[in-house]
Amino acid sequence: MTQQSERMRMAPISIRLGRFRDLTLVPVIIVLLGAGAFVSPTFLSPENLLNVLQQQTALALVVLAETLILISGKFDLSLESTVGLAPALAVMLVIPPEAGGFGIGLPTFLTIPLCLLIGALIGLFNGFLILRFQLSAFVVTLAMLIVVRGLQLGLTGGKSLFQLPQSFLYLGSASWFGVPVSIWITGVLFAAGIAALGYFRLGRALYAIGGNADAARAAGVRVERVVWGVFVIGGVLAALAGVLTTGWLGSISANQGNGWIFMVFAAAVIGGVSLDGGKGTVFGALTGVLVIGLVENILTLRGVPGEWKQLVYGGIILVALMISRVAGGKAQD
Amino acid sequence: MTAVEAVDVTKRFGATVALAAARIRIEDGRTHALVGRNGAGKSTMVSILTGLARPDEGSVLFAGEPAPPLSDRDGWRRRVACVYQRSTVIPSLSVAENLFLNRQSDGGPIRWRRLRQAAQEVLERYGVAVPADRLAGDLTVEQRQLLEIARALSAGARFIILDEPTAQLDGPAIERLFGRMRGMKEQGVTMLFISHHLDEVYEVCDDVTVFRDARHVLTAPVAELPQADLVAAMTGDAVSLGERSDRPSPGEKVVLRAEGLTLAGQYEDVSLDVRGGEVLGLAGSGSSGKAAVAETLAGLRRADSGAAYLDGVPLRPGDVAAAVAAGLGFVPQDRGREGFVPLLSLAENATLPVAGRLGRYGTVSAPRQRAYATRMIDELDIRTSGPAQPVGELSGGNAQKAVLARALSNDPTALVVIDPTAGVDVRAKEALLGAVENAARGGSGVLVVSDDPDDLRVCDRVLVMFHGRIVRDLPRGWSDQELVALMEGIA
Repeated sequence: MTQQSERMRMAPISIRLGRFRDLTLVPVIIVLLGAGAFVSPTFLSPENLLNVLQQQTALALVVLAETLILISGKFDLSLESTVGLAPALAVMLVIPPEAGGFGIGLPTFLTIPLCLLIGALIGLFNGFLILRFQLSAFVVTLAMLIVVRGLQLGLTGGKSLFQLPQSFLYLGSASWFGVPVSIWITGVLFAAGIAALGYFRLGRALYAIGGNADAARAAGVRVERVVWGVFVIGGVLAALAGVLTTGWLGSISANQGNGWIFMVFAAAVIGGVSLDGGKGTVFGALTGVLVIGLVENILTLRGVPGEWKQLVYGGIILVALMISRVAGGKAQD
Repeated sequence: MTAVEAVDVTKRFGATVALAAARIRIEDGRTHALVGRNGAGKSTMVSILTGLARPDEGSVLFAGEPAPPLSDRDGWRRRVACVYQRSTVIPSLSVAENLFLNRQSDGGPIRWRRLRQAAQEVLERYGVAVPADRLAGDLTVEQRQLLEIARALSAGARFIILDEPTAQLDGPAIERLFGRMRGMKEQGVTMLFISHHLDEVYEVCDDVTVFRDARHVLTAPVAELPQADLVAAMTGDAVSLGERSDRPSPGEKVVLRAEGLTLAGQYEDVSLDVRGGEVLGLAGSGSSGKAAVAETLAGLRRADSGAAYLDGVPLRPGDVAAAVAAGLGFVPQDRGREGFVPLLSLAENATLPVAGRLGRYGTVSAPRQRAYATRMIDELDIRTSGPAQPVGELSGGNAQKAVLARALSNDPTALVVIDPTAGVDVRAKEALLGAVENAARGGSGVLVVSDDPDDLRVCDRVLVMFHGRIVRDLPRGWSDQELVALMEGIA
């Protein structure tokens, strides 16, 4: 009887603590919002805040992809190169030779499906090397980062692509109900990610695999198939991030996505996703993205010279890590 | 009625034959022991009986019916459950989710509140006093094991394999586990119990099957098999343990002394003297503080008060390097964590503490390293392909020998060993204890910290700890019952 009542008293506390781990970055976000308002009166205007979100959508999708992969206990560094190659290759299959295409002339409505397919194929190939060939995910995707980027440079001759189909630019540039389409898309995909990883067996299987793959296998999870699927989804999300970036900028440069992977890892890790697998949430990763977006925006509004931004980013990531470490209590692995 | 049967199962891994036409038959509702030395094929048989490995030849039958195909995990899970040696609990998930792993819902969204309630019911039905929303990583070893048993039973399996469940438990926890096993048996659960401790086999099992060198040797009811015959079946020839070997009586000089050591929450006012050539036992249950005392002497912990002396010279508290330099050899409790570096070779592991002495100006002489390792391979009978083999590839008993080789590498004045034979087979046990005695013969003072009567039988005398205090100084000639009673505090 006493044991029972003790349990009753304990339960809500530990649940609250469990949720709390997800929210460690919320105070940081509030501080940043306050700091932003202090720095510039325009900061809290809806236009500016939408602008912050819009600029983070592409990065956020790659963070979502990386979060799924990290929770499954794997790694993918090549995502940033997919952000560049997938749209570039898809567009080149469609546009005429004089615009930089192959001259195959596939119908333009296929551009986006082709782009996503290319992302999926890169993920499939990563999965093949890691699961069938049993290579280390870190090294495989490091090599693929270079290979995929190199393929794009070779195919485009290092030049940017400017003449793009209008339909391809739509998602990255249009607005619905006053909110950019890219924000809608990213919002829906994050909501789907939160639901899948929080409330569905397949999503929970990622945690089981990342936490202890043998245990997951013994419980009947088809570990290889699921992880392979996660790599494919990761590739598709990175390709979609490429579509949004292209639409926003109106062209595809040879280094689209270059260097993103550091920010991606920073966002995921300060959002509480463990590099060892099995820990972290999609919502946490989202808060990580928001922190980075707000910092970027404040620096721009404050007129910090571009040369110093890198230093400030790095410093703020370190501070955010320390805050979440102190708030989260446990040593980070 | 036969619950489970493996018929003429052969399994090869590359060139090694893990099982050669081995068989086992487990009758319904009985507790069946599977014993054998390390490498006899027990683990492989477990993988085959749980459907994680496919036999190259032979078959598995459940109640006379052929086993389901390997891809049908649910089919296997309904027939057999296993509490593996290595925990299959996922530490980052809650107890509730671990219980219902991969069956949190019937395909729709997971309803967490209902899942937690269902988990709490399962835990209460099987008498596991753990909150369902606790993180599994925060549980004790015993609680995790109970969680695994509850998970096995709740999946509907009536046949459970317990793969060395007692290896990581202390005395009272083992008794509780046995009580639970008897309860399950009354409910008609069939069990396969794997253990290195033959007394446990006699305590809880009805039948026993012995494997040796990948083959089935015998199956018999436990009651009809004298312990000596069982040991003989395991080893191939008769081996008796714990015979008093001839050792000169200890010298007069005290080589290792503790004076009034106290560490809050661990032990209080512990004083002991180990003389040169003496083997002193320090016994006690898992919570007695005996391991903490040993770790303090080795410099892994720092006592609140009191002092330790090696050869009359005070040991600097909390300084492992100084203790090693002063001539203390140490075998830590958890060989996997503190005992060795799995990827480094046997030679490098064995000479880690003395690497500085093997060459000049910070270099390490590889030939000298090899020479030492080769000598140790001979002396301790380490089964290995050579000094260059990574220790992580060795079996448990041989890895433990490598750890002991390391502790002996600096010709220690005093040697402190914790649980030197945990989880190793009879033959390895003999070699390890022999090496400990050899060290004493060479003049070292040895402190054996253990709760295994076999380890303590080689000691000249045994100090028994209970709740952090030394409660008795037993001279040779104690009985197992007397020792266990003192360790459990019922004397």
